[in-house]
Amino acid sequence: MRRGPSLFNVTAVALGLAFLYLPIAVLVIYSFNASRLVTIWGGWSLHWYRALMQDTAMVQAAWQSLRIAALSATAATVLGTLSAVALTRYGAFRGRLLFSGMVYAPLVMPEVITGLSLLLLFVALGIDRGFWTVAAAHTTLTMCFVTVIVHSRLVGFDRGLEEAAMDLGCPPLRTFLTITLPLIAPAIAAGWMLAFALSLDDLVIASFTTGPGATTLPIRIYSEVRLGVKPEVNAICTIMIAIVAFGTIVSSLLAKRGAVRREREAALGAAV
Amino acid sequence: MAGGAADKPVLVRFDGVVKRFGVVTAVDRVTLDIAQGEFFALLGPSGCGKTTLLRMLAGFETPSEGEILISGHEISAVPPHKRPVNMMFQSYALFPHLTVEGNIGFGLRQEKVGRAEIAVRVEDMLALVRLKGYGKRRIDQLSGGQRQRVALARALIKKPRVLLLDEPLAALDKKLRAETQFELMELQRKLGTTFVIVTHDQEEAMIVADRIAVMDQGRLAQVGKPSEIYERPNSRWIADFIGEVSLIEGTVSQTDTIATALGPLLIEESAAKAGDKVCLALRPEKIRLSEQRPAGLEINALAGTVHEIGYRGDISLYKVRLADRSLMKVALANIGGPPPFAVNDVVWLSWAPTAGVVLTR
Repeated sequence: MRRGPSLFNVTAVALGLAFLYLPIAVLVIYSFNASRLVTIWGGWSLHWYRALMQDTAMVQAAWQSLRIAALSATAATVLGTLSAVALTRYGAFRGRLLFSGMVYAPLVMPEVITGLSLLLLFVALGIDRGFWTVAAAHTTLTMCFVTVIVHSRLVGFDRGLEEAAMDLGCPPLRTFLTITLPLIAPAIAAGWMLAFALSLDDLVIASFTTGPGATTLPIRIYSEVRLGVKPEVNAICTIMIAIVAFGTIVSSLLAKRGAVRREREAALGAAV
Repeated sequence: MAGGAADKPVLVRFDGVVKRFGVVTAVDRVTLDIAQGEFFALLGPSGCGKTTLLRMLAGFETPSEGEILISGHEISAVPPHKRPVNMMFQSYALFPHLTVEGNIGFGLRQEKVGRAEIAVRVEDMLALVRLKGYGKRRIDQLSGGQRQRVALARALIKKPRVLLLDEPLAALDKKLRAETQFELMELQRKLGTTFVIVTHDQEEAMIVADRIAVMDQGRLAQVGKPSEIYERPNSRWIADFIGEVSLIEGTVSQTDTIATALGPLLIEESAAKAGDKVCLALRPEKIRLSEQRPAGLEINALAGTVHEIGYRGDISLYKVRLADRSLMKVALANIGGPPPFAVNDVVWLSWAPTAGVVLTR
């Protein structure tokens, strides 16, 4: 019998990866194109990155997006962690099922519906749409992802550690801060990264909830592309891909480190 | 007081303590005194409520009814972090993100003890549990036995009034466990701290503890010194739970005789009245085995055939089938030489009237 992957396997993997990443590769390569025409290769150049720096509207949109992503990811991480703690620590409290259902609903809710309902809410309340409304909308979108990640970590958490801390004279809040938080920190960081990336690339909800002067990067790119693809768009997209890829890789590394630590704890538990 | 807590002052008192989880009663009207400086064991099968009782003392569970007093003060309303007790957890619950020093010094840091003093006391503790030089190690770099000692040091450093030990040796292998049992006893004598240990291992409880409370289904079945519980069990359940035993059903015919399916058996005079249904409990090591009927013994001598022999190294446990088809357990010390009996041999069992315990429950 042959060892190693068969020709069929290799082809299937290559085709699958090409299907996923070829468009992105093309985009990245063409962002370094010297030619003015998007589809014709004219040699390597950083020209469009320089042009991008001149494009204040695009840079402002990018800055806007990063601020919204950072703010909403932070808010979502705090709220998502708290709801994960509530779900794991307060047992079968009244309305637990309803609460978990409501926390996880945005996970499966079509973004169009979330966006539209938020728009209706903001209009009904007479809130001016802009930076804050997008940040709030993104918080509601990404909070459930943080909850999922932190919850899965807390489920495997040995409550004995918290009891031991309290037994040794540590009050409950300090126990949470000095024992629980450091141990679930990788999961929280992973949750923040994911929330950040989700906020950064969201177009649908942002376009429903944004207002004048608060154009996010995806909205900006989308409107530029409708007028014809400019090579600067390739450049900004490449930068976005770099940021999101970085965030995703760091968050998965953090999650993996957490998993390794948990394994170690489990081994510790098994050894005792 | 039941079991007699010696003459030392009472440190911990459970007074009619009940704990319910929903419809399940985990601890049912437990009244118990633990004396200052005692090594006390809570023993019972899993699910008997012993751990719940310990956790109520630590403050992790609140009694549904009754009171828990330490030095005469009711502590039900005191949160765990303010109680003068420390606990060693079954899982050890060592903080994986802290070093050995960090773990052991954790309790003192909560009290805002100065760095220098913490360092000194942590060193003392490391010496006490024979872990000198291990202070900077991470927890995952320690063996199971070393972790067990770190957990012990961490629980002892604050000099608690009572040290609670929840199955502290369950995770160690048999040999290490036996050594650690003696270390625990030595430590307890040296420090004079009151130890309350929870265990399901009756041998362990008998070795380490001054007194044992045996629990069954949330209730105290018997409280007393290990020898009292072994030699004078107060019920069939206790006799059966602690060590090996053979039980013979019967009816008291005279104050010193019971009528059984195996004929009349002579007993020590007991409180049971004539006509009472009782049960005679016989420990296997108190029965003699012989080839011939022992001379001069009219009763307390029964013939049987060897059914099975369980070789344990130090002793062999014989199961002997009697005339009524019941099995009796007899332990013989292996003192060298060929085994005296083989399976299917006809043997005689005999015992002194004082060897058996008459159980009315």
